[in-house]
Amino acid sequence: MNKGSKIILCCLVATFFSVVTYCQQPDLLKLVGDDVPTKEHVSNAFKSTRVINGQSMEFLGKGVLDFRILHRFGLINEGVTNFYGFDEAKMRIGLDYGLTRNIMFGVGRSTLGKELDGFLKIRPVWQSKGPGSFPVSIIIVSSMTLDPTKSPPSDSLKFQFYSSRLSFYNALIIGRKFSERFSLQITPEMLHRNLVDSVKFSNDIYALGIGARFKLSKRVAFVVDYHHIFYGLQPGTYSDPLSVGFDIETGGHVFQLHFSNSQGMNERALLTQTTDKWGKGAIRFGFNLSRVFTVSKPHSANKKGNW
Amino acid sequence: MKKQLASLVICILLFAITVNAQDKFFTKKGKIYFDASAKMEKVEATNRAVISVIDIKSGNIQFAVMMKGFEFEKALMQEHFNENYVESDKFPKAEFIGQVTNNAEINYSKDGEYTAKVKGKMQMHGELKEVEATGIVIIKNGKIELRSEFSILLSDFKISIPALVKENISDQTKISVDCLMDPLKN
Repeated sequence: MNKGSKIILCCLVATFFSVVTYCQQPDLLKLVGDDVPTKEHVSNAFKSTRVINGQSMEFLGKGVLDFRILHRFGLINEGVTNFYGFDEAKMRIGLDYGLTRNIMFGVGRSTLGKELDGFLKIRPVWQSKGPGSFPVSIIIVSSMTLDPTKSPPSDSLKFQFYSSRLSFYNALIIGRKFSERFSLQITPEMLHRNLVDSVKFSNDIYALGIGARFKLSKRVAFVVDYHHIFYGLQPGTYSDPLSVGFDIETGGHVFQLHFSNSQGMNERALLTQTTDKWGKGAIRFGFNLSRVFTVSKPHSANKKGNW
Repeated sequence: MKKQLASLVICILLFAITVNAQDKFFTKKGKIYFDASAKMEKVEATNRAVISVIDIKSGNIQFAVMMKGFEFEKALMQEHFNENYVESDKFPKAEFIGQVTNNAEINYSKDGEYTAKVKGKMQMHGELKEVEATGIVIIKNGKIELRSEFSILLSDFKISIPALVKENISDQTKISVDCLMDPLKN
């Protein structure tokens, strides 16, 4: 190869390279390191703050008020005389509020037993991904129910005490969003009733809740909520509450339509007053309606003009 | 042989000089605001962590923005934006790679305001789309500020709006960009 051809070759190579760089812009963003991974919290494990009856690993946003109306109809197997349960309904009306991203509380009143309930839910550990991530969320739930009814004539002594009408519920939710579609949580839970009907009965009840969500489409999910009672209730007097249903989300609303063998809409009623059996067709239709309102606007700076 | 070696050294030096020259500006705190409001509801959000780099010599300009960085007034709207509309877990980043087509008309070494035309490709929600926009370039105290407003169609990026919320979300989305860029030191 002579000198001339070498120069020509050099030129060719140079032109080739310059053409390449011209056509394909160099990745300028790489120069400032735009691909540095960051820790990121995993959200939207469930569509609602309740799986169905039990609390879910999901929280309200900060400053968000959730107005919840719950309905539980009568037993489907009562047949047409009771219009498959639709002739009667128990309901709970409640308000939840997101104090911070990791603390929420709520109050509610059920027509079943005229009970009042209130809860506090805290998330010390939030599932995350990226550097320094944690695989699960851990949530503490503590709630209280009050039976506001006057003392029944049969029990003139004990029920006179205000404290006798109280029950306390504590639970630890350990949950993980495994994929965009599938989330699962287990909930060791404990209920304490200050007063039980007989000395033979236990004041404390221990149970394990399992909640799962499987998304069918972007806005519809299939959910299962099951609680197994290990200790505290007389065998034969109760059933494990099992509910299955669909979450349907439309903008600011979430509808949870479901079938369940339980009628209670607070933790005490759910765990101790579920007596119907799925096996006998003793199930009810029910729905939870959730409507959120943004009360305080933490991101008010996101309007144009003040950015 | 000596000559060739010398020219090679010169070539390398030339390369090194071009790379080291102060011709790139960047920011990691750029702002992008969008407004997809329809009749019923205000749908707007701001991202304050936009990454952008401009090469003033070639006019090459690039933007990268994390979809999860868009902050809404309503927390639930932000969740739905990420989960149902832009699907941030599947498509975490939007990018723009383009060129200032009238780069020669902008005197980057002199303070002032210049009109800039930018053309390039925008990638979002897994879709690549040609985008053109005009904006202004403000040169002041050795910094470059870029401002632009333009519109995109969400349907171009396969971001579908269900019939139920057609009154709330507009397909035509207004986008505002504001980036104050510092010189990029190697």
